[in-house]
Amino acid sequence: MATVDKSKVPWWVSNLIVPLINLILALFVSGLFIFIAGENPFEAVRLIIYGSFGYIEGFAYTLYYTTNFIFTGLAFAVAFHCRLFNIGGEGQAYIGGLGVFLVAINFSFLPVPIVWLLAVMGAVVFGAAWAFIPAYLQATRGSHVVITTIMFNFIAASLMVFLLVDIIRDTTQMGPHTIALPEEQWFPSFEDFAALFGIKIRYSPLNISFLLAIAASVFVWFLVWKTRWGYEMRAVGHNTQAAIYAGISPYKNIIIAMCISGGLAGLLGVNEILGVHHKIVAGFPAGYGFTGIAVALMGRNHPIGIFPAAFLFGILYQGGSEVTFDMPNITRYMFVAVQGVIILFSGALENLFRPQIENFFVNRLNFKAKA
Amino acid sequence: MVSPILELTNINKSFGHVHANKNINLKINKGTIHGIIGENGAGKSTLMSIVFGLYQANSGTIKVNGKEINLRSPKDSIINGIGMVHQHFMLVENFTVLENIILGFEGELVFGKNLEKAKKDLKNLCDTYKLNIDLNSTISDLSVGFRQRVEILKSLYRGAEILILDEPTGVLTPQEVDELFKILRSLNEEGKTIVLITHKLIEIMDLTSEVSVMRQGEMVGHTKTKDTNKEQLAEMMVGRSVLLRLEKSQVKTGDVVFKVEDLTVKDDLDVIRVKNVNLNIRAGEILGLAGVTGNGQTELLEALSGIRKVESGEIYLDGKKVSDSQNFLDPRELKEKGLAHVPEDRQRMGLVTDFKAYENLIFGYHDQKPFSKSSILNHRDIIAHSKKIMEEYDVRPQSPNLITSNFSGGNQQKIILSRELNENPKVLLVGQPTRGVDIGAIEFIHQRLIDMRDRGAAILLVSVELDEVLSLSDRIVVMFDGKIVGEKENNNVTDRELGLLMAGVV
Amino acid sequence: MEFLSDIASLINSTLRISTPLVFAAMAGIFAERSGVIDFSLEGKMLMAAFVAAVGSYFLGNPWLGLLLAIIACVSLSMLHGFASVTYKGDQVVSCVAINILIIGLTTALAAAWFGQAGLTPTLNEDQRFLEVNLPFAESLRDVPILGTIYSDILSGHYIFVYLAYLTVPLVFWVVFKTSFGLRLRAVGENPSAVDTAGINVFAMRYKALAINGVLIAFAGAHLSTAVNANFFREMSAGRGYLALAAMIFGKWHPKTALVACLLFGFTDALQIRLQGVELPAIGEIPVQLIQALPYVLTVVLLAGFVGKAIAPNAIGQPYIKER
Repeated sequence: MATVDKSKVPWWVSNLIVPLINLILALFVSGLFIFIAGENPFEAVRLIIYGSFGYIEGFAYTLYYTTNFIFTGLAFAVAFHCRLFNIGGEGQAYIGGLGVFLVAINFSFLPVPIVWLLAVMGAVVFGAAWAFIPAYLQATRGSHVVITTIMFNFIAASLMVFLLVDIIRDTTQMGPHTIALPEEQWFPSFEDFAALFGIKIRYSPLNISFLLAIAASVFVWFLVWKTRWGYEMRAVGHNTQAAIYAGISPYKNIIIAMCISGGLAGLLGVNEILGVHHKIVAGFPAGYGFTGIAVALMGRNHPIGIFPAAFLFGILYQGGSEVTFDMPNITRYMFVAVQGVIILFSGALENLFRPQIENFFVNRLNFKAKA
Repeated sequence: MVSPILELTNINKSFGHVHANKNINLKINKGTIHGIIGENGAGKSTLMSIVFGLYQANSGTIKVNGKEINLRSPKDSIINGIGMVHQHFMLVENFTVLENIILGFEGELVFGKNLEKAKKDLKNLCDTYKLNIDLNSTISDLSVGFRQRVEILKSLYRGAEILILDEPTGVLTPQEVDELFKILRSLNEEGKTIVLITHKLIEIMDLTSEVSVMRQGEMVGHTKTKDTNKEQLAEMMVGRSVLLRLEKSQVKTGDVVFKVEDLTVKDDLDVIRVKNVNLNIRAGEILGLAGVTGNGQTELLEALSGIRKVESGEIYLDGKKVSDSQNFLDPRELKEKGLAHVPEDRQRMGLVTDFKAYENLIFGYHDQKPFSKSSILNHRDIIAHSKKIMEEYDVRPQSPNLITSNFSGGNQQKIILSRELNENPKVLLVGQPTRGVDIGAIEFIHQRLIDMRDRGAAILLVSVELDEVLSLSDRIVVMFDGKIVGEKENNNVTDRELGLLMAGVV
Repeated sequence: MEFLSDIASLINSTLRISTPLVFAAMAGIFAERSGVIDFSLEGKMLMAAFVAAVGSYFLGNPWLGLLLAIIACVSLSMLHGFASVTYKGDQVVSCVAINILIIGLTTALAAAWFGQAGLTPTLNEDQRFLEVNLPFAESLRDVPILGTIYSDILSGHYIFVYLAYLTVPLVFWVVFKTSFGLRLRAVGENPSAVDTAGINVFAMRYKALAINGVLIAFAGAHLSTAVNANFFREMSAGRGYLALAAMIFGKWHPKTALVACLLFGFTDALQIRLQGVELPAIGEIPVQLIQALPYVLTVVLLAGFVGKAIAPNAIGQPYIKER
């Protein structure tokens, strides 16, 4: 492997060109999978683009998925800046949804905007609480968060099914879900907005949670790069020994980072419960938590990168459902595999061609400078 | 005319953009003790790592006994009779001596008969060269000197005819150095060729018969040791004549500002590493703490700077108690009270190498004004401050936005030093300030420390480099096995006297 | 007598349920002792289950299915090595990628080839492993105590169960009594020492990962071609993580890891037994909560394990030869 003088590599090469090439590689491998499954990958690409951009409702769906992926992507990224692998976004989102529902149903006597505010706080607090125990065990006992957060996903699933079956089930209905929230608490949806302008569109799950996701991105950017807390989290993440030397407590920062991470994952519950289902449905996080890992790694753990990465996954999900509709051999699991490939190429194998690419550009720039 | 046992021709080696070895030519004659001298970063270790097959040269040829050989890995070198004792020992800490020695040369897949044979062979080797080593002891229980003998024995067991030693004396007491040299001489008498890499002139004069000098990646001279002298070698090493002793004004001490009483500290494994230590440091003096690595200096520094818990005893700053076993200030609170700390291991502790330079220049002070107001970082002031102190301390390149790992070791050290000295601390704890730093930076760093002392700071200097302790300190204490075993005014103390204390003999 | 047969059946299920955990923990020991973190046991186990079931279905022979599963798992191990040993990528990220990839790929391919449910076809008797009855198991059943132990506990398991418990002493022997084991342990503790002894660090890690792949394949094949007669989605159900926790709790040592695996197996066997049972004073515990028991136990065990110092010293760090 060639080594490159890092200080001479322009930022756009390391932060745009390299991730883009990694993404193209990942998509190429994913195309092979679709081929193995017995379908035409090019046709799949066409369907994906049509499904996600071809009509207004499709595009709304794309943005709805984007919303979820921004939340879970940010969640993973915040913890990762402290070098913590929070792969428990799934469980934290699930419990966060419980928080949203419990707050909304118990405070329904308050004015709606206040209920919304409290419900968002409920999501954050419940999600954070579910991340707290793995964080605490990592900080005090050294239990690896990868194992504990995965276990907490399983435990959250069991707990929620238990609650949905035995405690908070809507007994008038068959399925394992709760009763619906009062209609006035439902988040305004994209259709409502469009109707304001006299445009009539069919149903889509897109709602104002999208704006919450943008706000969360700004919050994370500010937290990680502009505040002392972010600085300290990154210091602990990069070099724990040095952090201790500088009087920064790893213990405190591990817990703070994980709780913020869990809180962000919990916000997924806001989108799903206030915006879409209006009740808790068993299994509503549906793998969004795991997708967040791919989103964050592809977006290089920066909100500015996470947004396009989340959008790309929104396209894959929405376009993917178009594909599964038209191609009988493709199920949504194919797109789980695609996530795995993307994590592989933009995470673990990110250095595969990095030296060559950086070298190429450094040499070209040198050449230009000389000429 | 003796024939060269090892011959290097036109060796070149680059690490990325750093050209570590440039067109090196070297002949080592059979049966000699050949010294290779040069400053830190001159490329000596890189060259010998190439000879040992650990690194591969970009170009050039290597001949052993007149035959050209291709060294793809240490295995090739070992087969050709080359052995190397690295500066950082290549031993598995939780293995026994025997396991370490046979590693890679087990001779059989399943342990059985050959293990017995290996034991017998090793016993014989130990007897021949008077290496007194228990094969069944675990490495982590052995002292540094013994570990080095294990390394030598390992090379001999693997059939080394040429034995390369990379800075072997850095971690030893003067008496242990004597022992080592005795062993090396007896190896030489048995016909082994010894290559000694060092930056210490005295060792070259003491031990070697021939010497080669390296400077900035180039070989700048070869000579018989008897035809040269220290001054001449020093000039060749540095490229100009150097002051071998530092200019230092008379000490003007004030009150005791830092006091340690009966301090006991445990390490991570709950072993007591610092035992009832008492220290007093006055304003305007440098107290040197000498000792062989691993005698509790690290734990002491960590306890004094608030990183490690105090087991018992008290620490006073400016007459006020700051730490005991019940209450202790954390590093940040101590910094606010005027205690700065330059840690022993800059990569592990002093810096976040993935941070940008400006982020490291406020590290540990990041929550103070003007860097941060109500927990929000003030980038404009941070950058302005960074530019100012990078210029003042001559950190190169002067770009606060550059990632710290792109700076050289010396410049990284200057980043830490500038950060810690800039606050004008009352007490300064300094660990190994010049480890792995080039000669120019060493002079600069030493001068800054003296300046701090002249301005009235109380300085505790911890260093394994005896020369450094001797040239900077006003007073010297020696640590052995966690205890302070001696205290000397630094006017006519010799390194021999200190060496006896460091070895725990007196 | 009722009580005794209850105990016997509980021990019998413990041995069976622990089997994939034991294989996975032993696989984990090889990877981690060599200095490579392996959170991807879960994904590899799932891959093996899928490949073994599909292979055996098409080829009509479970042994061929097992062979294909071994090839698949070794390939995944090599991929992990390629990313984290050769290209020095983040080992945990590599593992997470493999796990997610395999969860998606196995189910997607099962659905593509065999229909939407993501199940592989049920294997017939020729295509799967059957229970092995030890000699004289029937005739000795009536001998008191010993007969129960022999006939009801030891006899009548799948071949993998016996193999798993034979693997443990074998792994112990390899790791602690052979030169390969010496090098393996050394490379996880201090790769530089291994390099300077003339041994290729990267090759050692790849070898360890290859063995890791072989062992984990047995765990997956056990799930889909022995205890079950088909593959279904996410059938590994966290066992890879459980095994890893057992290995860590067992301090990277085969014997103690075995004990931890048996503890997990026992908990799982117990939770199956407790389902629907009315307990004195507590009443019936809801089935969802009982099912979470092994996962809770994992968290508790990991929390009870203190002392990072016991982990191989160089674990998780790529070996960088030149500065």
